[in-house]
Amino acid sequence: MISAPVVVGAAVVYLALLFAVAAFADARARAGRSIIGNAWIYALSLAVYCTAWTYFGSVGRAAATGVWFLPIYLGPMLAMLLAWIVVRKMIRIAHTYRITSIADFIASRYGKSPLVAALVTLITVVGIVPYIALQLKAVSAGYQLLTASGTAGSGTSPAWWQDGTLLVTLALALFTILFGARHLDSAERHEGMVAAVAFESLVKLVAFLAVGVFVTYGLFNGMADIWARARAVPELASLLRLGGTGGAGAFGYAQWFTLTLLSMLSVLLLPRQFQMMVVECVNERHLKRAAWVFPAYLLVINIFVLPLALGGLLLGPNGADPETFVLSLPLANGATGLALFAYVGGLSAATGMLIVETIAVSTMVCNDLVMPALLRRKDFGARAGGDLTALILNIRRAAILAILLLGYLYFQVAGEAYALVSIGLISFAAVAQFAPALFGGMYWREATRAGALGGLCGGFLVWAYTLMAPSVAKSGWIDDGFLIHGPFGITALAPERLFGLQGLDNLSHSLFWSLLVNVALYVGLSLWRAPSGREASQALLFVDVFARGHATAAAGAADPVFWRGRARPADLMALASRLLGPDAARQIFTEHAHESGVAVGTDLTADARLVDKVERRLAGAVGSASARVLVAAVAEEEPLSPADVLEILNEASQLRVYALALEEKSRSLEIASAELSAANAQLRTLDELKDDFVSSVTHELRTPLTAIRALSELMLDAPDMEEAQRQEFLAIIVGESERLGRLVNQVLDMAKLESGHGEWHNADVDLRRLVRDAVTATTELARSRGAEIVFEAPETVPLLRADPDRLTQVVLNLISNAVKFVPAEGGRVHVSLHVEGDGLVVRVKDNGPGVPEAERDTIFEKFRQGGDALTRPPGTGLGLPISRRIVDHFGGRMWLENQDGSGACFAFRLPFQPDAGAEGPRPAASEPAGKVKALAGGNTREETP
Amino acid sequence: MTPQSGPAPTIGAVACTKVLIADDEPNIVVSLEFMMKREGFDVLVARDGRQALDTIRREHPRLVLLDATMPGMSGFDVCEAVRADADVRSTCIVMLTAKGRETDMARGVGAGADAYVTKPFSTRDLVQQVKDMLARDSAARAVAASNAAAGEMPKDLPA
Repeated sequence: MISAPVVVGAAVVYLALLFAVAAFADARARAGRSIIGNAWIYALSLAVYCTAWTYFGSVGRAAATGVWFLPIYLGPMLAMLLAWIVVRKMIRIAHTYRITSIADFIASRYGKSPLVAALVTLITVVGIVPYIALQLKAVSAGYQLLTASGTAGSGTSPAWWQDGTLLVTLALALFTILFGARHLDSAERHEGMVAAVAFESLVKLVAFLAVGVFVTYGLFNGMADIWARARAVPELASLLRLGGTGGAGAFGYAQWFTLTLLSMLSVLLLPRQFQMMVVECVNERHLKRAAWVFPAYLLVINIFVLPLALGGLLLGPNGADPETFVLSLPLANGATGLALFAYVGGLSAATGMLIVETIAVSTMVCNDLVMPALLRRKDFGARAGGDLTALILNIRRAAILAILLLGYLYFQVAGEAYALVSIGLISFAAVAQFAPALFGGMYWREATRAGALGGLCGGFLVWAYTLMAPSVAKSGWIDDGFLIHGPFGITALAPERLFGLQGLDNLSHSLFWSLLVNVALYVGLSLWRAPSGREASQALLFVDVFARGHATAAAGAADPVFWRGRARPADLMALASRLLGPDAARQIFTEHAHESGVAVGTDLTADARLVDKVERRLAGAVGSASARVLVAAVAEEEPLSPADVLEILNEASQLRVYALALEEKSRSLEIASAELSAANAQLRTLDELKDDFVSSVTHELRTPLTAIRALSELMLDAPDMEEAQRQEFLAIIVGESERLGRLVNQVLDMAKLESGHGEWHNADVDLRRLVRDAVTATTELARSRGAEIVFEAPETVPLLRADPDRLTQVVLNLISNAVKFVPAEGGRVHVSLHVEGDGLVVRVKDNGPGVPEAERDTIFEKFRQGGDALTRPPGTGLGLPISRRIVDHFGGRMWLENQDGSGACFAFRLPFQPDAGAEGPRPAASEPAGKVKALAGGNTREETP
Repeated sequence: MTPQSGPAPTIGAVACTKVLIADDEPNIVVSLEFMMKREGFDVLVARDGRQALDTIRREHPRLVLLDATMPGMSGFDVCEAVRADADVRSTCIVMLTAKGRETDMARGVGAGADAYVTKPFSTRDLVQQVKDMLARDSAARAVAASNAAAGEMPKDLPA
């Protein structure tokens, strides 16, 4: 027994703490450092599933039926297996179309039907209010147990202001209003609330585990001890068997399946679960962690349920209600502090559920019941003036208060009648009716509004008749005679044995019939009539949300917009301003202008994309159904037929195709432009090379010319010159003239080889003799540079068929090149000839600096000369290219061998049997052969001019 | 103005003036050497850039006929080195080049040559150009000397 002020004080302190957590999270969110952008927080917030019903009711159920408390938690675990497929799709749809409640979700899918939205909301309210009452009951019962006022207070009822339950209800209403109804756009998340709920999830887990540990290891010697002692008691032993709900008889597979299915559906469909899992989800990827953390949480919180139940029954504190074992066991054993903590845990479980559920349901009530009614009135309609944001917020606040008070009322009137678990299951069965319309709508394009309405109505009515009515009858409010005999004595219509269906418990029975009717009507009516244009368009947007997501990202704004008509931007602006506030409205228009590349306010008519944007934003504030009504009121719309939908879809996919094609085009253009610029760069390089060549040739031509002119002028100016001097000058002039002639020949030669007009005079060639003659011819040149030439060859080599003059030209070129590069002292050129395979290889190696790595690849190209342009030895850069062309002509190959440290080694190989045609077609001689021969002959004397 | 300015100087004015010929083409050297000797200059010869720079530093010739394209150190490099060396900075440099491109011209002027002559050249024109340059140089030196005497700082003078 704890004094009332202490309990109330603890509750108040706890609520204040909760408030602080929420305020902190909100402050962080405003500062841009959100703490809920975290998969752990998300997973914990999903544990809002565990309410006071879990906290107190599971132990009660376990005490009565053994393992039958489990299916309620197995279902969610199974459901989370599908999270990545189903829940992710729900999240994507909800975020894309700014859907903020389950009613909105379903209504939006079926052509944004206000009727569907209202129906879902009604079912929710009817189904959820008892559930809310249940939480209040738990809080109240716990309070009474702790303060022991429950038994004593039955005689004198306290005044209403002394009623703790009412005070808690009002406090929660205030809390919920503060954190749940501050912004208008519900798509903006309630960060503070999520943080508070995650915190509560931790508190209730720790508190429950603390009690479990206290009982199992404090009052007993561990679980094994409890099992052993329970087995000794016959009534308890049955709880440990897998039997029917009473622990006796055959195992109720049907009921087990029903309960599992029911909880599977409810973890996805309960308004608070939808709120936390879908609306408040910050990042789809958080689902991955939540998919195992949430089931793990459920597992952990259930570990001590059975030990607590059995322990409570074994110790039997004065025939206490098993649903309060969590509190009564510590209390009876003197652990009052723990009892208080356990109470706070239960309070935590209850308040978490109440806050989230109330926010979710109030949003639905406001958007789907109150707003549509208000919008029908002239003074609130779309064309009326005035800012509605404050009004909408106030409606939400009022709805929060009303729902909580409704729950309180239900608790006062009917709270004592039923066990916690049963009330919860009735609520579960109610929201399970959403399953066909919601899941069908996400995956089945042909589902229609009529099908959804029919299914929901039918299922709800059967639920009410087979589950709600009997429970009410059993509470004694109405005569329960019809339960047995059926209404008007028609036994076939008895609510719990409909059409004589027996052998099922009442929950399975109700679920079977309600879902059967629901699905039958849903499918039947959907197939009966084709969907309207608007239904078809919404179906496409929902079912294909992922497909479109990718395409949109890939192809820009190719997302189809199913809207046709005319609207004035000014009207849309006014509408948005009234419902979202002027700032948010302006932001939408600025965004749109940005996306479409048009200046703000220049359009005379709004395009479909802008209308769609405004409607989506309005949907976030007032629900998609109301948003539809509002937009339709300010725009002249053309009705959308299914054919139109197909057409728009075609256009969109065509647009997407165009966009992809454009992307493809621009990619190939980019490639082409890159190729062009590469070609251009190559051309420029070639141009520079040509320029260099011209400059180089110019230099080579001018140098001998300079000597010739200068000496000639000097002789002309000095008629009295000594004869010896004159002779010397004349000799120089002749030599330089020859040099000029050779250069001209070489340039011509290259030009001929290049154009394929070279002349070839083939004969049998003894390459050994040819190379030896070339070495002899260059020995003098080498000696003048202080170098020696070494020649190495076998005694005889096979004959080749080639043009001897041309080959001589090649060998001379290589040797004189080598001589040019040898060092000033100790220069050495090694010339060798070998038979290798079916050909002859000639190598010319020097001991000069070698060819720099960077030039190895280009050394055979025309106009390339070794060394820096200013420091290299004179030459036209034509020697090697000419030589290589000649060798190529005879089917051979010329290359630069890998250098092994010092010097360069050029080599060429000539085959004995050149390929057919290697001799080359004898070109039509356009010049007298003798002349060409003479030029070539001059050429072979020395490569360098 | 000094009395030395006026008509072209006589042969006597260039007598014993040291001139360096730097070219890697032996036949061009032959012709230049003959030409300059005939005019009475004291002729020095270098076969490449390195040798040319060494000779300039050692002998301090008044004028260099410098081939732009030589193995090893090019004429441009020599020119730059001379202009960067305070000892020989005032040497007159006539750059000779067989390359006629504008970029080569620009490079020669940029390197600090006093004149730029394209091969093949007229011997008479070249001789005249050398004489004029030396005369201007002498005049400038005289002015600089008198200015220095008056306490002014000597300046680099235009060619």
